[in-house]
Amino acid sequence: MKRWQFLAPLALFAVLLAFLGVGLGLNPREVPSPLIGKPAPAFELARLDDPAVKISHADLQGKVWILNVWASWCAACREEHPLLVEFSKRSTVPLYGLNYKDKRDDGLAWLKRFGNPYTASLHDFEGRVGIDFGVYGVPETFVIDKQGVVRFKQIGPVTPEVLRDRIEPLLKQLNA
Amino acid sequence: MPRFFLALAALVLAAAVHAADAPLTAAEPELEKQMLRISAELRCLVCQNQTIADSNADLAVDLRKQVRDMLRQGQSEQQIIDYMTARYGDFVLYRPPVKSSTFLLWFGPMVLMVAGLATLVLVLRRRSRLGAEHFDPEEPEDTDAAQRSADPAR
Repeated sequence: MKRWQFLAPLALFAVLLAFLGVGLGLNPREVPSPLIGKPAPAFELARLDDPAVKISHADLQGKVWILNVWASWCAACREEHPLLVEFSKRSTVPLYGLNYKDKRDDGLAWLKRFGNPYTASLHDFEGRVGIDFGVYGVPETFVIDKQGVVRFKQIGPVTPEVLRDRIEPLLKQLNA
Repeated sequence: MPRFFLALAALVLAAAVHAADAPLTAAEPELEKQMLRISAELRCLVCQNQTIADSNADLAVDLRKQVRDMLRQGQSEQQIIDYMTARYGDFVLYRPPVKSSTFLLWFGPMVLMVAGLATLVLVLRRRSRLGAEHFDPEEPEDTDAAQRSADPAR
């Protein structure tokens, strides 16, 4: 009994420490998306390189595709960009860009300068489609399956590890 | 002294001019008030400790605009809150809903307090049952001796 009493505060302290330890490891900026497992929002936007041509969610039905939210004003986008360029060269999965709250000319100049990995970029000047996708920190990347359901979301730059360990296996599985 | 008053007047004037600069939102004061009340319930995802009403982040401005537009379309407060939750999750709510995943958040502090009080009561009751011989009588402290040992130079 005496022994147990001495251990009790210690045990409590250990529990507290465990909670704090886990809390330290969490990234408060990573808000779980309620969109995972739900149909991707409907949209219809003009292509960045051709305002006359519109692309809508219906055009992508039946395909596994990636949506990458980017902007020319976004520094972290530049960080992940070479990885996307490299990925687009060896992958056949359509990679669509959502050019978020950007001027058309700025976006196009940015692609010219750093390379264009996108099958096409959609121009979301107002940021409305961004809101529908729950975008709050550019860059963000979504994987959408053949039924139009969001299966994965990356907040912040895609790293080589995330691409290799999460995105590519998922694409393989969805396309199987 | 006149200089001081001049400076003061300039300051007041500057403030007045600045106030006139603030964007006029009073065209629909009722709508604006409603918009701000709803926005105060929503967390800004970019600057997480601010509400959408408080923040000037780009996204907060956009979301305020969205709230305003939805109000104009005649949508209810609940519809707007649901719209935001569908996109950004419960995290966007400054007052998270009570459900199984938030039980600890809501009731954790209460559980801790009850546990603390229970421990206190247990300890006090046990002590009150103990005889006087379990407690040290208060000894008058030998302050002089303590000081001497702390300061040997004296």
